[in-house]
Amino acid sequence: MSEPGSPAPTWPDEIFAVLRRSEIRQVGYVPDAGHARLIERCRAEPAMKAVVLTTEEEGIGLAAGAWLGGQRAALLMQSSGVGNCINMLSLAKSCRFPLLLLVTMRGEWAEFNPWQVPMGSITEASLRLADVTTHRVDEAASAAETVAAAADLAFNGELAVAVLIGQRLIGRKRWVE
Amino acid sequence: MLDRRAAIGALLADRRDLLVVAGLGSTTYDLASLGDDDRNFYLWGAMGGAAMIGLGLALAKPNLRVVVVTGDGEMLMGMGSLATIGVQKPKNLAVVMFDNGHYGETGMQASHTQGGVDLVSVANVLGRLCDVCRSTKEVERFDDAGEVARFVVDDVDHDLASRRVSESASQRGLVAAALRVGFLVVSCLFVSDELWLMG
Repeated sequence: MSEPGSPAPTWPDEIFAVLRRSEIRQVGYVPDAGHARLIERCRAEPAMKAVVLTTEEEGIGLAAGAWLGGQRAALLMQSSGVGNCINMLSLAKSCRFPLLLLVTMRGEWAEFNPWQVPMGSITEASLRLADVTTHRVDEAASAAETVAAAADLAFNGELAVAVLIGQRLIGRKRWVE
Repeated sequence: MLDRRAAIGALLADRRDLLVVAGLGSTTYDLASLGDDDRNFYLWGAMGGAAMIGLGLALAKPNLRVVVVTGDGEMLMGMGSLATIGVQKPKNLAVVMFDNGHYGETGMQASHTQGGVDLVSVANVLGRLCDVCRSTKEVERFDDAGEVARFVVDDVDHDLASRRVSESASQRGLVAAALRVGFLVVSCLFVSDELWLMG
């Protein structure tokens, strides 16, 4: 979401290009305003299977199954969704499955909804406690290279890696009907 | 009622290239009891995740058949995944839920299916064609599933010895039926010597 009147940001398209280059074949997501453009690109890409989830923890299972079947998956979620994943992350840790999470942050920059603050404020600490490596992106220019580095670390380094995309980068929410 | 372990044995007796994901608890022990296989994936945690692992695997391997075997308690924790699978509708994925009405891993407490929750109806409402091996009337919809489904029903109705499932059933037919309907509920009798108290 960009500031009203400003041109649409290109970093979601750049992240999409990285996912394609990284041979991501399955993308699990829960609908999210911050990831709206990226979700749209993934849904339109024939080489990717975009799987809409009812809750983010389903994505951890999806990614595990994809890996068992020889495919790479990425999961797109909001910081609140990280809280929904905690126990299911034991699947990735116990089996050493790679995991690539792209997390749009809430509750940290011009947040208008107080209910987003509790989970947003502990998202990064929760991930680290669950043995998920975290990278942060706060500037559009570093989004693509950070996701590319995270994908390499996840799939070649065999780790669970999350990229936290700052709320300031996503911008103020623009309400739509 | 069916013997759960015998029923899983019948399901997998002629598995060929079948990939199997077993959910936390008794279904994992049942799968392991049949002998290990590289095509098995066992869960002993990540409760509620079995069906989604099956979905990811089925999407990654569209030319192979994937069956998730899990219990009612594990399925109840992952109910939303039925909706997610209902959207994707992969033809090569079947979820076979062995419904014994109990949480075996924690001491056989009653599950929601004993309280009137019908997971077949839930799955149907969510857009999957489902069926249950529980009564003759319900299984009449297995038009081309053949002898197996009917046998399972007969077994329930007449309380025959469970071993007859594996002796008489056409196992390939049961798998085919499960894949055709996508979600199959098999009502099972709890087998007392398999009680695991894991807290």
